[in-house]
Amino acid sequence: MCAVAMHARTEGNKFPRGDIFPQNTQTLTSNMASLDRVKVLVLGDSGVGKSSLVHLLCQNQVLGNPSWTVGCSVDVRIHDYKEGTPEEKTFYIELWDVGGSVGSASSLKSTRAVFYNSVNGIILVHDLTNKKSSQNLYRWSLEALNRDSSPTGVIVSNGDYDREQFAENPVPLLLIGTKFDQIPESKRSEVLTRTAFLSEDFLAEEINLDCTNPRYLAAGTSNAVKLSRFFDKVIEKRYFTRDPSPMAAFTDRKRFNFKSLHYD
Amino acid sequence: MFTSQVLFFGFGWLFFMRQLFKDYEVRQYVVQVVFSVTFAFSCTMFELIIFEILGALSSSSRYFHWKLNLYVILLVLIFVVPFYIGYFVVSNIRLLQRQRLLFACMVWFTFMYFFWKLGDPFPILSPKHGILSIEQLISRVGVIGVTLMALLSGFGAVNCPYTYMSYFLRNVTDGDILALERRLLQTMDMIVSKKKRIAMTRRQMYQRGEDQNKQTGFWGMIKSVTSTQSGSENLSLIQQEVDALEELSRQLFLETVDLQSTKERIEYSKTFQGKYFNFLGYFFSIYCVWKIFMATINIVFDRVGKTDPVTRGIEITVNYLGIQFDVKFWSQHISFILVGIIIVTSIRGLLITLTKFFYAISSSKSSNVIVLVLAQIMGMYFVSSVLLMRMSMPLEYRSIVTEVLGELQFNFYHRWFDVIFLVILHTIITWTCFFLSSNYSVFS
Repeated sequence: MCAVAMHARTEGNKFPRGDIFPQNTQTLTSNMASLDRVKVLVLGDSGVGKSSLVHLLCQNQVLGNPSWTVGCSVDVRIHDYKEGTPEEKTFYIELWDVGGSVGSASSLKSTRAVFYNSVNGIILVHDLTNKKSSQNLYRWSLEALNRDSSPTGVIVSNGDYDREQFAENPVPLLLIGTKFDQIPESKRSEVLTRTAFLSEDFLAEEINLDCTNPRYLAAGTSNAVKLSRFFDKVIEKRYFTRDPSPMAAFTDRKRFNFKSLHYD
Repeated sequence: MFTSQVLFFGFGWLFFMRQLFKDYEVRQYVVQVVFSVTFAFSCTMFELIIFEILGALSSSSRYFHWKLNLYVILLVLIFVVPFYIGYFVVSNIRLLQRQRLLFACMVWFTFMYFFWKLGDPFPILSPKHGILSIEQLISRVGVIGVTLMALLSGFGAVNCPYTYMSYFLRNVTDGDILALERRLLQTMDMIVSKKKRIAMTRRQMYQRGEDQNKQTGFWGMIKSVTSTQSGSENLSLIQQEVDALEELSRQLFLETVDLQSTKERIEYSKTFQGKYFNFLGYFFSIYCVWKIFMATINIVFDRVGKTDPVTRGIEITVNYLGIQFDVKFWSQHISFILVGIIIVTSIRGLLITLTKFFYAISSSKSSNVIVLVLAQIMGMYFVSSVLLMRMSMPLEYRSIVTEVLGELQFNFYHRWFDVIFLVILHTIITWTCFFLSSNYSVFS
């Protein structure tokens, strides 16, 4: 496991990292050095509540003044992999909250694509009170997966949705619906059936919550269990499956060569 | 006649669904209906002008349709749309949910008050007409609409050459973009590493805090106080660094987007279409300069053109070039084409501008309000463009417009347009120059 962790850390580098880390990293406790890197994207239309969600997941607090996200904002959550078992290990999960809408200008899209490198998991966020935001999730997932196409080939034809693509998809997905409290009681079952179809399409688990109320993710609830299972799956795919290293190393090396070619 | 109105209504509906509300769910059909109705009646006015020139339908029926149209448009613009705007704005504010209708009426009355007051500083109140006559209402709508038109024209006059001509494009290479992207990702990595430290420190503090609770006694208390203090000081320092880095990452992101869009524009300008638009850009910039010149002359010499361009053009060709042709026949056709072009380009330009504006500022909460505001702007714009178009038509066609709209001081509107146009133009030009020069200094 030690060898895998070492290998994972070096091949996760896209740029030389030595000069970036400040010198006083050494003063931190040994816990820091053994924690490895996992990257999860948080995607969805603007205004669905991604920033509030990320803040809730990482700080365990409700975000007081949500404002429009420009570019990408990152936050870090400490997750205990296989909590409660003797194999328990602590990981940092980086949640990259990418702002914007699917219909933005192509210059914005190509700049956003910079953040989609070497993604280990995707959280798709939609607004339960706005059907369009759920429909746009297909386009969001295609945008993120296209950029990060692995050699097994996620072939896309003109943005048409095809379920088989997701079956071969190496990246785990999680579906989160926000603003659950704003749905009147009478419409709840209808909305929940719709999201059930959605989660079937993506082959993903779904969580429905309200980002301004931490009790939805309190320890022991089914939502917290689903979340924890998702993160475990992400970490497993990243470090502990049959051969993740050659594939990821291949794409990284390919990208690095491409970039160095243009840099001269 | 009515079939064409239904057609326009359908077109407005489609435009609403396809373009404006592409990303939103339509929940209030009222908004859609109001928007389509405004669009339909505005287009009918233009259609009536065209009919006027072509001589289609009988004169009395045309007059009837004009009057009807005018009444409906004024009704919509002054009563219906502002009321709904007030209603939706009030519904968005959670506190006033209960008495929505009451507050909406209050908002509407405030609007009517200001609307009326608008007429005071301008020379439009003439004692011949009563209070609630068409002339009063139209004159006020005309003032607002003409201001809007001048605003949009001024903006278009500066923006158009800038967008079309490739002279203004900076030279951007792929290497620049890659370098910026690299910097952006490095900044994100730094943010991530600092946030990791914060998270870990916080977790340790939390765990130590739990242990501290078990430690009792005097020394335990002192130890807990000192250690948490240094911990939190350290945290706030790192947090400040993180905030600064996040601001930097935002700026880098925006710069990268800017470079990408410039690169795309450069690529586009190399295509055939791009070259065509480049040429058009030169043409338009000359036209804009001429317009500015004319506007200045009009203001300085305090005159308003008496004859329209078509008749003047024909006069010039007949007198100076000695070409004889049937004036009446040609003037009708040429003015028809000219007016048609003006109408189509202004509608298209307005719809495109409104769409861009809508995408830029709307969100799922305020989309209804914004669409209604846009419908209001569109209605006023079209009404005042009819007012101003009077100038471009030969004398015999102006009569019906004058007849229908009553005795308005048309000259005043032209002067007002020129004034606002010049003011806006100068503001925009100085602002753009300032903006451009600051941009260049950042890059060099």
